Amino acid sequence: MPVFEYAPAPESRAVVDIAPSYGLFIDGEFAEAGDGKVFKTFSPSSEEVLSEVAQAGAEDVDRAVRAARKAFGAWSALPGAERAKYLFRIARIIQERSRELAVLESLDNGKPIRESRDADLPLVAAHFFYYAGWADKLAHAGYGPDPKPLGVAGQVIPWNFPLLMLAWKIAPALATGNTVVLKPAETTPLSALFFADVCRQAGLPKGVVNIVTGDGSTGAELVAHPGIDKVAFTGSTEVGKAIARTVAGTKKKVTLELGGKAANIVFDDAPIDQAVEGIIGGIFFNQGHVCCAGSRLLVQESVQDELLDALKRRMSTLRVGDPLDKNTDIGAINSAEQLARIRALADAGEAEGAERWAPPCELPSSGYWFAPTLFTGVTQAHRIAREEIFGPVLSVLTFRTPEEAVAKANNTPYGLSAGIWTEKGSRILWMANKLRAGVVWSNTFNKFDPASPFGGYKESGYGREGGRHGLEAYLDV
Amino acid sequence: MPTTVPAYGKEAAERLASLADVTADDGALRRFLHGLPGVDAVGLQARAATLGTRSIKTTAKAYAIDLAISMIDLTTLEGADTPGKVRALCAKGINPDPTDRTTPRVAAICVYGDMVATAKEALKGSGIHVAAVATAFPSGRAALPVKLADTRDAVAAGADEIDMVIDRGAFLSGRYLEVFEEIRRVKEACVREDGTAAHLKVIFETGELQTYDNVRRASWLAMLAGADFIKTSTGKVAVNATPPVTLVLLEAVRDFRATTGVQVGVKPAGGIRTSKDAIKYLVMVNETLGAEWLSPEWFRFGASSLLNDLLMQRQKLSTGRYSGPDYVTVD
Amino acid sequence: MSDNRLSVLKTYKLFVGGTFPRSESGRVYEVTDAKGQWLANAPLASRKDARDAVVAARKAFGGWSGATAYNRGQILYRVAEMLEGRRDQFIREVADGEGLSRAKATAQVDAAIDRWVWYAGWSDKTAQIAGSANPVAGPYFNLSAPEPTGVVALLAPQASSFLGLVSVIAPAIVTGNTAVVVASEKSPLPALSLAEVLATSDLPGGVVNLLSGRTAEIATPLAAHQDVNAIDLAGADAELATELEKAAAENLKRVLRPQAVDWAADPGTGRLLAFLETKTVWHPMGA
Repeated sequence: MPVFEYAPAPESRAVVDIAPSYGLFIDGEFAEAGDGKVFKTFSPSSEEVLSEVAQAGAEDVDRAVRAARKAFGAWSALPGAERAKYLFRIARIIQERSRELAVLESLDNGKPIRESRDADLPLVAAHFFYYAGWADKLAHAGYGPDPKPLGVAGQVIPWNFPLLMLAWKIAPALATGNTVVLKPAETTPLSALFFADVCRQAGLPKGVVNIVTGDGSTGAELVAHPGIDKVAFTGSTEVGKAIARTVAGTKKKVTLELGGKAANIVFDDAPIDQAVEGIIGGIFFNQGHVCCAGSRLLVQESVQDELLDALKRRMSTLRVGDPLDKNTDIGAINSAEQLARIRALADAGEAEGAERWAPPCELPSSGYWFAPTLFTGVTQAHRIAREEIFGPVLSVLTFRTPEEAVAKANNTPYGLSAGIWTEKGSRILWMANKLRAGVVWSNTFNKFDPASPFGGYKESGYGREGGRHGLEAYLDV
Repeated sequence: MPTTVPAYGKEAAERLASLADVTADDGALRRFLHGLPGVDAVGLQARAATLGTRSIKTTAKAYAIDLAISMIDLTTLEGADTPGKVRALCAKGINPDPTDRTTPRVAAICVYGDMVATAKEALKGSGIHVAAVATAFPSGRAALPVKLADTRDAVAAGADEIDMVIDRGAFLSGRYLEVFEEIRRVKEACVREDGTAAHLKVIFETGELQTYDNVRRASWLAMLAGADFIKTSTGKVAVNATPPVTLVLLEAVRDFRATTGVQVGVKPAGGIRTSKDAIKYLVMVNETLGAEWLSPEWFRFGASSLLNDLLMQRQKLSTGRYSGPDYVTVD
Repeated sequence: MSDNRLSVLKTYKLFVGGTFPRSESGRVYEVTDAKGQWLANAPLASRKDARDAVVAARKAFGGWSGATAYNRGQILYRVAEMLEGRRDQFIREVADGEGLSRAKATAQVDAAIDRWVWYAGWSDKTAQIAGSANPVAGPYFNLSAPEPTGVVALLAPQASSFLGLVSVIAPAIVTGNTAVVVASEKSPLPALSLAEVLATSDLPGGVVNLLSGRTAEIATPLAAHQDVNAIDLAGADAELATELEKAAAENLKRVLRPQAVDWAADPGTGRLLAFLETKTVWHPMGA
């Protein structure tokens, strides 16, 4: 029987021009690190070196904070409508350059071009559009008649959605009149540096946005810098706690968007085909490098077999490989370090007695890859049910009643997101009410929108990003 | 999982007979159909749209175009149809691109019942089937004896396939058993004197059923009643085949086979005009059902203008130049 | 009242889970008025009392946060009615404890009762000012609504032993949180008397738990407690606050840092909104 094989459909790399090296973007200029230190950024799908990037040290961070402070007076004094126009410009330029930025993101991060093109970049532009509109309407946001910006925001973002997380941080900060020093993740610095060029094209005043690249030590310098008024961090719960300790006793306002171990709960009356899609998207979107990933599937025992059959069948159609191929569903794991962590936890799952399954799946020989994987026979006591794996690994647990589903879903120190699949409306609302999570997706999963607040309960962090709620983090209220 | 048998075989009838308790009376059938999993419209549409973003290039595209041509039920269903028009269409079906004899033939020519004999004659020896629409197509508004006579006439005239329409009025008012019985009777009417039978395609007119839940229920109802193919639309109403509606049909035949072992075909019809659209449907079949459904035996396109677009794309692939309407035949 | 009648003194107790235990430690400390005159012995709550209070607050959280907002508002209003009935007692305790004239103490107590009424009315309005309907770019119903954070540790203001106390308790519980309150160290008596009001006001046991003693000693285990979701540091000095904020980081408690507050001024919605979580629910819209 002939098979419908999809020929390679690679997106062209020619659309993006990566320089051999990049400096820090401080006060509107690119400059080397004071001590001349650099590090390399790789393409995780090929291990090829993409560029060399400056490693900012304490002095560089200080310079960036002082540049942001200097720019703060004039920027915050601008009429909101003028700030709005800068943000609108940025949004438009991002739309114009979205293909270039999507390819860049897929190269540096390893995510499939289908996602960077159809999810990341549209959301990035939308986020700037959304907050652009708030800049001259802050008096109506519910934070008093004349809410004030905080000053200089120190922002540290992760590698899973590099440009989108940048947008989540920078757009509301600028709209409210703050200036920023942003540190992109060590493994994905390039899109933030390209964003610096977007700022240049938009004519953004110097020093309003400063980008300091580096590793965790750069982030720690930034967070601890006495010259910042606000810390915004997205990343691991472990680092989030360290930041919370660092800012203790200061006047710095903090928002933390941290880890998760979301339950995706499927009842026996679920719209089963859409539930399967929701489970697949919930855990395999972005290689599972998603803080709100639905990494624990809680399935009602009465439909367990049927659902697992359907899920395995669907997993077998996932296409793992070249991130730039337009038909790729699952790209590369972002780094060797992350791959090692995923492997270690998956091995622990097996060692603890859970049953591991993955579809037959040919992985490329170079780069960092992990096949979409399913564990059945998982209990709440297993490490793979408790620890955030941050990879394409789904743990399947069962429940019998709604009460039990809620109890298991909430039985975690995290509380970022949850999913509910049932056709019964009153049960959805009952469940949504009981789940201790900041975002509850019912009969859908992993949906994001600039108008929709996002953030966690408990150890998933505090504060909200997105929507009217997202303004509060950057206002002196 | 039970072994697979085709819907048109004897074994399929035995398998369905074993499900008689489900269709024993109106109440049982209703309980069964209403017990099927619901369809979330937004999720379904999102899935269909995502499949539509697959990028099918070069060799894959060439394969898909030829496959699509071979799956076409080339259709003319006009009041103005004449023997001349039908013969011209048959000639086109046999030899779609006179400049390239490697072009595959279409699967069937689809006509009104009174044109069956003409088409049969014109297609003799080609291996192309004649499909006839029947049962008071397209509205389905006639008494059962009239519908059965319509079917028998077409079969007697040599139709290989019968495309019937269900009684949407009965379905929407919840008279499921009535719809079920009608399909069963039409299936019986498809039997020829020699004991062989024309294959039965059951059209739901999904644009009138409105909800995806209804489409899923209609799919199961028709398959339980013995449909060999399930088909979206007549092409005569405002909303015809759409990717999400077709996806519901694909999921239904997949699940039906998993449950009964009986394999049923799917035919989206109406509104599929471009190669790009056709390829999206093939991707959907490929990723929902797999290779076992990727043949004219199990998947068809009900279309008329689609063929020429596929031919132009085919010429583009072989010559490297974009083609134009003057380089394909108008029939 | 005859001057030579010997008055009946009250033994002040902790308030935990709706009951009035003595401190688990069996210890008390001397509470004096502004001039150093003995007023009463107050229980010196221990780490274990703090732990018991957290257990009681957690146990009460499901029911209290699950009660209707109307019901919570009714109960809080009932508290205000009870406070009004004990007005004289509180005036005396505030005057003694804070060294205020009767007139000034009266003003404090009246403001506290009025504040309680003000917050009671917020029960079914908070969600309306803190929530939002979000117009997302897709066929989804999307709604954000506030929910209580959980168990909140409240270090009551040290100087304002009653108005300040009420101003931190009422906003925390009206939205559905449950509280473990550490009373003003020097002037705990109004807080311990408030417990008696709460106990007779239909407030479910465990919603408010009141501890007296050394603030630093009780607050340290509370700040580190993994089952406490938030902490209000109003009653901590700068040094203690920093230490507690660091301890609170271990389970990422929501921390309200100490600020200079004029308790007599309009409190605004700050404290009301400080111990809320925003939950956003999505659902597709399709036929």
